[in-house]
Amino acid sequence: MLLKTFKGGVHPNDCKRFTKDFAIEEMPAPPTMIFPIIQHIGAPSEIVVKKGDYVKVGQLIAKQTGFVSANHHSSVSGTVKSIEAHFHPNGSMVDSIIIENDGKYDVFEDVKPAKPLEQLTDKEIVQIVSDAGIVGMGGASFPTHVKLVPPEGTRIDYVIINCAECEPYLTSDYRAMLEDGDDIIFGCKAIMKALSAPKCLIVVEDNKKDAARHLENLLKDEENISVVVVKTKYPQGSEKHIIFSATGRKVPSGKLPADVGVFVANTDTAASIARAVKTGMPLISRIVTVTGGAIKNKKNLRVRIGTPIRNVIEAAGGFVAEPERIILGGPMMGKGVFSIDLPVIKGTSAILAMTKEDLGINVVTNCTRCGKCVQACPMRLVPVTLAMHSKNENEEMLKKYHVTDCIECGACSYICPARKDPLQMIRVGKRYVIDRARMKKAQ
Amino acid sequence: MDILNAVLVLGALGLVLGLLLALASKYLSVQQDERIELITQALPAANCGGCGYPGCGALAVAIVENKAAVNACPVGGAACAEKIAEIMGLEKGAVEEKVAMVLCAGVKSAAKNKFEYDGVEDCTAASLLAGGERACLYGCIGLGSCERKCVFDAIKVVDGVAVVDHEKCTACGVCVATCPKDIIKLIPKDKAYTVACSSKDKGSVMKNICTVGCIACRLCEKVCPTEAITVEDNLASIDYEKCINCGQCEQKCPKKIIHVKAELLNISNFERNGCQIKDKVV
Repeated sequence: MLLKTFKGGVHPNDCKRFTKDFAIEEMPAPPTMIFPIIQHIGAPSEIVVKKGDYVKVGQLIAKQTGFVSANHHSSVSGTVKSIEAHFHPNGSMVDSIIIENDGKYDVFEDVKPAKPLEQLTDKEIVQIVSDAGIVGMGGASFPTHVKLVPPEGTRIDYVIINCAECEPYLTSDYRAMLEDGDDIIFGCKAIMKALSAPKCLIVVEDNKKDAARHLENLLKDEENISVVVVKTKYPQGSEKHIIFSATGRKVPSGKLPADVGVFVANTDTAASIARAVKTGMPLISRIVTVTGGAIKNKKNLRVRIGTPIRNVIEAAGGFVAEPERIILGGPMMGKGVFSIDLPVIKGTSAILAMTKEDLGINVVTNCTRCGKCVQACPMRLVPVTLAMHSKNENEEMLKKYHVTDCIECGACSYICPARKDPLQMIRVGKRYVIDRARMKKAQ
Repeated sequence: MDILNAVLVLGALGLVLGLLLALASKYLSVQQDERIELITQALPAANCGGCGYPGCGALAVAIVENKAAVNACPVGGAACAEKIAEIMGLEKGAVEEKVAMVLCAGVKSAAKNKFEYDGVEDCTAASLLAGGERACLYGCIGLGSCERKCVFDAIKVVDGVAVVDHEKCTACGVCVATCPKDIIKLIPKDKAYTVACSSKDKGSVMKNICTVGCIACRLCEKVCPTEAITVEDNLASIDYEKCINCGQCEQKCPKKIIHVKAELLNISNFERNGCQIKDKVV
């Protein structure tokens, strides 16, 4: 049978073999933890502790400001050492709460389970998710409680749990499926209850068939939750593409999944929702794949949020070779960082330390108009033309070629035989068009 | 005989068509303000877009339609504005001659890098990646986006920092709009001193990442006789309304980041009068 998929996309070497067989290990927290107030998309959170305060595990340290924002909690017990601007994985300085870990891990008194799932109403579930500071853990970190309240009048037909993990190297979702299967299914049920959705699809790429089979076994008695296996292709895990592959619905330009009656959540997000409902524990840890040629013991670690990357790399045995590039997230969409004194935040799915050999040789030559980027673009855009118009800041043409539809997946840059990196220029153009639109609105 | 026929027929035809054309030019003519043509000739024809209109022709139309001021052309300066004002029969507005200045002196040997950038040669693209390779978040990226935009060939990246050629610069402002770090500023042409730093980092941070960064020591603020130079947000800035070109700040600055325009020092009517001023001018 032909597997479900979408048009376009690329087939990078998935490199998951390095870490896929290592079970998730609990990483002990280091003495100093860093909690930036921006770990999500939306308004920065407001700090509610002050220097010298004693905080416990699961205690609120920064509370959400406005609806599109998120709570942040301490993942250790200890004293607030200082509140200062610290380098953030996005490269800028962000106000952060530095907490000295006392190693006792006293759990905050308010962390206790609410009612069992059967007795909770939809509003109560959204409140629990919002209080627990759960954000999309695939990398974009959009606050989940916002998505759980769809606009008035929209009906959600499908809840999709995105277990595609199409990024090369990453195995955190794969391990979660194998080890936290029950939590994921519990999370599915909680989401379905909150949205009164009739069906849930757990979408897995066909390079993780064993995980799909494992989930199918767990789901024997469930009628409304099913596992869908889709073709291994990048970017299968993109929200718009996974919706098309699994349900055949197309999200129109400028619309959201809710507009076509679909809700998408990441594997770890579903598991975190389950933990928040079951135990009352907010989002304080996540699974991080530590991999790449420069890492000694590549492994999957359950890391407490706020742990400096330096300590995570040390926990994986440190470097064996000089890393040429360190990336937070996958190699396709992850963010390159210049320092390892940055904290693991809610959206950090992997720490990838690549050597020169991993990166290969990149000699930029001239564009030959081969059209490979056009073939590869999963949004059916024309990357080469967009890059050209971005360079010339041609707003009219950028709009005509729908630059704002670009999902920045990097398939065009990956496939380009001239190593021209069209995406980087398109990003500039996209930002230009968005800025201009905002300026016009302000006027 | 045949030749005569041909001449007569063609001559008559020419006469009729000529009459038609004469009538058409009279009744179907498009009224165009002759001032547009005159103003277009008066403009520098650089078509740089510095005025905000697509080319000199478009500005000329805008001036005639009273949508733009007679001194809207930043390139032509006072002489050009005077000519246009004459054509329009108006008073010319005051034109302050300006010149673009890059407020960063962080050459490769002075400013540290936090990583090695390997990507598209474009400042905006580089600034999207953790603010560019420079450790200083405010400094010049040095990939030359301004250089490629300048139609007057007046701005060049030298040793990692953009430098303006004041002779060629016409203050059209295209580089000011292009710079993603917003460190190019238009400064009055007759003012000699500029603070060549844009960093709002604390002095203690600055000392570690750049040898020519403002450390906010406030020595310039204290020495300035007219209170033209002030330190705000850890950065010195000059108020050019008050600056009297005395140059005391330049001499006091321990980091030597207050730069002086060399060409102004050679002009005879430029008074470097600072050394005589001892008391503060009220």
